[in-house]
Amino acid sequence: MKYVDEFRDPEKARMLVAEINTITEQLGITQQRPLQLMEFCGGHTHTIFRYGIEQMLPKAIELIHGPGCPVCVLPMGRVDDCVTLAERPNVIFTTFGDAMRVPGSKKSLLQAKADGADIRMVYSPLDALNLARKHQEKEVIFFALGFETTMPSTALTVLQAEQDNINNFSLFCNHITTVPTIKAILDSPDMKIDGFLAPGHVSMVVGARPFDFVAETYEKPIVVTGFEPLDILQSIWMLLKQLSEKRHDVENQYARIVPENGNEPAMDALTKVFELREFFEWRGLGSIDHSGVKMRDAYAAYDAEQKFTVPNLKIADPKSCQCGEVLKGVIRPWECKVFGTQCNPETPMGALMVSTEGACAAYYNFGNLNELLQKKEAVNA
Amino acid sequence: MCLGIPGQIVEITDVTKKLAMVDVSGVKRQVNIACIVNKEHSVASCVGDWVLVHVGFAMSRIDAEEAKKTLDLLIELGEAQAEIMAMQTSAMQ
Repeated sequence: MKYVDEFRDPEKARMLVAEINTITEQLGITQQRPLQLMEFCGGHTHTIFRYGIEQMLPKAIELIHGPGCPVCVLPMGRVDDCVTLAERPNVIFTTFGDAMRVPGSKKSLLQAKADGADIRMVYSPLDALNLARKHQEKEVIFFALGFETTMPSTALTVLQAEQDNINNFSLFCNHITTVPTIKAILDSPDMKIDGFLAPGHVSMVVGARPFDFVAETYEKPIVVTGFEPLDILQSIWMLLKQLSEKRHDVENQYARIVPENGNEPAMDALTKVFELREFFEWRGLGSIDHSGVKMRDAYAAYDAEQKFTVPNLKIADPKSCQCGEVLKGVIRPWECKVFGTQCNPETPMGALMVSTEGACAAYYNFGNLNELLQKKEAVNA
Repeated sequence: MCLGIPGQIVEITDVTKKLAMVDVSGVKRQVNIACIVNKEHSVASCVGDWVLVHVGFAMSRIDAEEAKKTLDLLIELGEAQAEIMAMQTSAMQ
């Protein structure tokens, strides 16, 4: 328990860990058939590693790090599309900083920028819109990515562009949705998740109700969770409590931020601008029905995909990458053949090594690297 | 991108566009407050409120004490510095 003293309330953390241990024993869960709990969100993954939460838990509890890191699950073909858009003459391509280093099949946005493309990092889509105001002779494209947490911001920016009659601004829309993805995980034959930590800030937008199906149809417990280490411990305890009482409900641990019904103005904006795609391609997971959104026809003028031509090619991940298996919890990050050697945060091959929220980067940065590499050799021997 | 950062609304800068100046750990930044304005909270009444800011949008009201705790945690995680740096260096030219 080497990190527990860093907690805001170490005493409460110790109590929760003790409770978690007791219930795990009472439930008779063993390391041979561990309890698998998935934290969907990359923000949670980051906190779990930063505070060594896995090491505090009984060995019979395994945390599966889900696909909730938007940068990590971006397929290579979409990065290539970004590069194509960015290299068009007369274009200013704008993006959140996180996306700069994601490898495409030929280059990343960072390399495209070094090669001369006008690519600018922005903090907010509003900054991209301001660029469009200032450079009316240029086409300003914003790379819209993220789950429901960031969807309202891009939707509201488009609505603002429309109101102000700004015609040289568009989104390259790569937003993805949480609920269909959790459903796909639950339907996947090689996954056996016993409970979920639901993403806190997605829920801040959509509310807790969209997760009802997890409890009702799939009969799994799910807890909407905040991002502090204590939030995560408390949610794991709440999941165990449900399991020991043979319940499967949607519970909200993060009520201080998440209203039961979500944020109405945010939902209004995103449903006005976006509609579900039939399917969307994920790096590592393949195609998932309804797991992305596109812009409605009414906003076609602000849709870079309709305004310009994008290659939209499907590019397979490098063969040696096992991001998909890691995302599904079939193998642990360090079991991947290229983990920590050919694939590392400096020269990432797989998407999970790119962002600090990716499971592989988290293991690389916060795990005991030498020990992990030895374990990897043993597994792959 | 997903964690957001707490800040305090110090001034309304554009009532129709619902824009306000937010103070995030001493750094001032204009944000959109459309998502926290409703029947009970008019635009003007938002001054002084603590909010969670995601990519330039106030997405949720939080109490002052909670805001401080969250900010401390984000500094510990190294997230706050990155977020504030992104705010300050965002391409606007």
